[in-house]
Amino acid sequence: MAGAGGGNDIQWCFSQVKGAVDDDVAEADIISTVEFNHSGELLATGDKGGRVVIFQQEQENKTQSHSRGEYNVYSTFQSHEPEFDYLKSLEIEEKINKIRWLPQKNAAQFLLSTNDKTIKLWKISERDKRPEGYNLKEEDGRYRDPTTVTTLRVPVFRPMDLMVEASPRRIFANAHTYHINSISINSDYETYLSADDLRINLWHLEITDRSFNIVDIKPANMEELTEVITAAEFHPNSCNTFVYSSSKGTIRLCDMRAAALCDRHSKLFEEPEDPSNRSFFSEIISSISDVKFSHSGRYMMTRDYLSVKIWDLNMENRPVETYQVHEYLRSKLCSLYENDCIFDKFECCWNGSDSIVMTGSYNNFFRMFDRNTKRDITLEASRENNKPRTVLKPRKVCASGKRKKDEISVDSLDFNKKILHTAWHPKQNIIAVATTNNLYIFQDKMN
Amino acid sequence: MLRGRRRMECTLDAQSLISISLRKIHSSRTQRGGIKLHKNLLVSYVLRNARQLYLSERYAELYRRQQHYPDGAPLLAMPACPPPAAAAPPELAVLPLPADTQDREARSCAVVRGGAELLEGPVCAAPPELQRAPCRDSSPGFYRAAGSAGPGGGGGGGSSAAPGLLYAAGCDFGTGGVPHCSSRTTVLDLDTHVVTTVENGYLHQDCCSQCPCCCQPVAGGPPFAPCTKRARFEEYSAEHPQDSSNISNLISIFGSGFTGLVSRQQADSEQPLNGQLCGKQALASLGAWTRAIVAF
Repeated sequence: MAGAGGGNDIQWCFSQVKGAVDDDVAEADIISTVEFNHSGELLATGDKGGRVVIFQQEQENKTQSHSRGEYNVYSTFQSHEPEFDYLKSLEIEEKINKIRWLPQKNAAQFLLSTNDKTIKLWKISERDKRPEGYNLKEEDGRYRDPTTVTTLRVPVFRPMDLMVEASPRRIFANAHTYHINSISINSDYETYLSADDLRINLWHLEITDRSFNIVDIKPANMEELTEVITAAEFHPNSCNTFVYSSSKGTIRLCDMRAAALCDRHSKLFEEPEDPSNRSFFSEIISSISDVKFSHSGRYMMTRDYLSVKIWDLNMENRPVETYQVHEYLRSKLCSLYENDCIFDKFECCWNGSDSIVMTGSYNNFFRMFDRNTKRDITLEASRENNKPRTVLKPRKVCASGKRKKDEISVDSLDFNKKILHTAWHPKQNIIAVATTNNLYIFQDKMN
Repeated sequence: MLRGRRRMECTLDAQSLISISLRKIHSSRTQRGGIKLHKNLLVSYVLRNARQLYLSERYAELYRRQQHYPDGAPLLAMPACPPPAAAAPPELAVLPLPADTQDREARSCAVVRGGAELLEGPVCAAPPELQRAPCRDSSPGFYRAAGSAGPGGGGGGGSSAAPGLLYAAGCDFGTGGVPHCSSRTTVLDLDTHVVTTVENGYLHQDCCSQCPCCCQPVAGGPPFAPCTKRARFEEYSAEHPQDSSNISNLISIFGSGFTGLVSRQQADSEQPLNGQLCGKQALASLGAWTRAIVAF
C-alpha cells in the first residue's frame, strides 16, 4: 500500500478528471454523491444543483491492455428541482443527497436519487433505433395530407445515434418531515428504506402512495431529543436486517421480523468513550457520518469525524479495527468548529474484496487502510498529477515538530478542499474520488 | 477540560464558544433548506459543555470573592434546597410551568443545580411567594409571546407547548416551555419574531437585600426590570431603554437540552454584538443564582 511497488501493493495512477477547471466553483456544481452501479460499468454523481451525471466505462480494448476503460459521460439529467413548501415556509434544496443503483434486470438501468424530502426512481434507457417510413407523417413529424397518400408501407426501424434517456418512473414524496440522509435498497430488490433525522421508512419500489415507518426515535417531547439518525443501510444479504447510526456514535441493528416498528434494536454497537479525550466537541466528533456494510455482510464500517471503525456484527461492545484518518486535527477542533468544518460528513467505502477501506480528508487528501497488512496511505486528488498512468505519490502530514521535506504541516492544509465522497468499483481497482466540484478517477497500475 | 493556571483563559474560551454557537444557531435559521436538526443538536452539545465550564468557573470565582466578605450573608450559609438532581443530563425534562404547584420550587432548584454545580441554593431561599408570583404573571405573557399555545400552553398548566420557538415552522418540533422562574429567559419566536424576556427581578432584588455581596459587582447598573417584558425584535431598544445594561442577551440553557437552549434575545441595534462588551456587563450583574448564559 505504500506505493513502493512489489508484492500485492496497489499503485494508484491518475486516470481521468471530470468537471470544470477553474477555481471559482459554482455552488450548483458541488458534487454531493458518487456511486458505482453493481457491475461497475456505470458511475453516477449527484450535485448540489439537483443534477445527476452518469458516466459509462468504455469496453475494454484488446489492444489497450495497459489501462482499463475510460469513463465517459453517458447521461445527464435534472433529477430534482428546488421546491418551496408553502405551508411551512421552507425552501427544499434540490441537492442530491444520495444515489443508489438497482441491479440490472433488463436493458434499462434504474437508480434511486433523493434530495431532502423526495426520492425518485429513474429509468435510464438507450435508444439506438428509430422507426422510419410512417404513412401519415413526414420524417420531420409534420402530418401529410391524407389525399397525397397513394401507397402504404410498413415503418421499419433504422439505426440512429445512440440516445440515452432518463425518465422518472416513480416519485416517493411526502413521507419525511425531516431531512433525508440515506436510502438503501433491500437485497430483495423490491423494497428500500429511506432515513431522515428521526425516522426510517420502508417503501415498495412499485408503490408510491404509501410507506411504512419502521423506526421512529422522535421523543414525545422534543426537548428531550438527544440524538438523531445519521445513516441507515440494509444488510447486503439478509433482507430482514438493517442498521442505522446515530449522532451519538452508536449503531443499532434491527430485525424487521421482530416487530413492525423496529424501535427496539436487536443489537447496539457502541464503544465507550475514552475519558482522556473529552473536550467541548466530544459529541460532535463522535457523531457517525456514514455506515457501510462489507460486501460479505459480516462487517460494517462507520466513519466519525476523526476515524474509521470496522465492526464485527457479532461483537457489540467495541469495533474490531479502528483507523485514524487525521488524528492531527484533534488539537484543532476549536478552529474547525468555528469554520464549520467539524460538521463535514465524510463517507467511507469498501473495496470489492473487503480488504481495503477508503475515506476522504482535507486538502483533497484521501486515505486508504489495508486491513490485512495494516498499512495505510494518503493520496491527493489534484490536477497537478494529471498525466495518465502517473503513479500517485503518497502524501504525509506533519503533525508537529520538524517538518520533513515533502511533508505538509497541519496549518497549511486547505480545509476548503475536502473529499467527502468516494466510491470503489465493485470488481476492479478503480476508484472515484470527488473533490468539491471535480470527479477524479484513479486506477491501479497494470503492468 | 482545561484546568489550573489556565482557568481564566478557559472561561473566556467558553464564553466565545457560547457566542459562536449561538451565532451558528441563529444563522441556521436563514439557511436554505431549513434548519438542520442534526447540526443544531450538535451545536447544543457544545453550548452545554461550554456553559457548564463557564458557570463552574464563574461560581468558583464568586466563591473566592466571598472569602473576602465574611460579614455579608455568605451564600454558603443559606439553607440548602432539597438535594439537587445530578448534573443535568440533556435528557432532563423541561419543567412544565404550572403556576401553582408546590413542587415547582423544588424542581426549579433541581434544574438550577443541574446547571451550576457550585450553586448553593440561594434561589430556593427566596420566599416561595415571590418566586412564584412573577412567574405566574409572566407565564401567560410567555406563552402569548411564544405564539399560539400548543396543547397545554397558555397559562402554564400541564406540559409546556409553545411551538415554533426559534425553529422555523418547517419542522414539527413543537414544545417550548422553559422553566424560568428563577432566572431570566429570553425566547425568540421564529414564527412571529416576537421576543419575550421573562425576568425574575423580584427574586434577584430580594436576594440582594440578604446578601449584598452577591450584587457587588453591579457597577451602578439599574436594577432588573420588572418581569414580563415583551418586545418586538426591531423595537426593543426604543421600548425598553433601561434594559440596555441588562442586554447582555442572556440565554437560558436548561438541562433539558435541546429546545430550551435555542432561545435567543434579539440584538440591540444600538449595542454592538460584542461578546466582550456584553460579557462584561453580564458578568457584572451575574448573580450566583442566575442560570443564564452570557452571550454576544
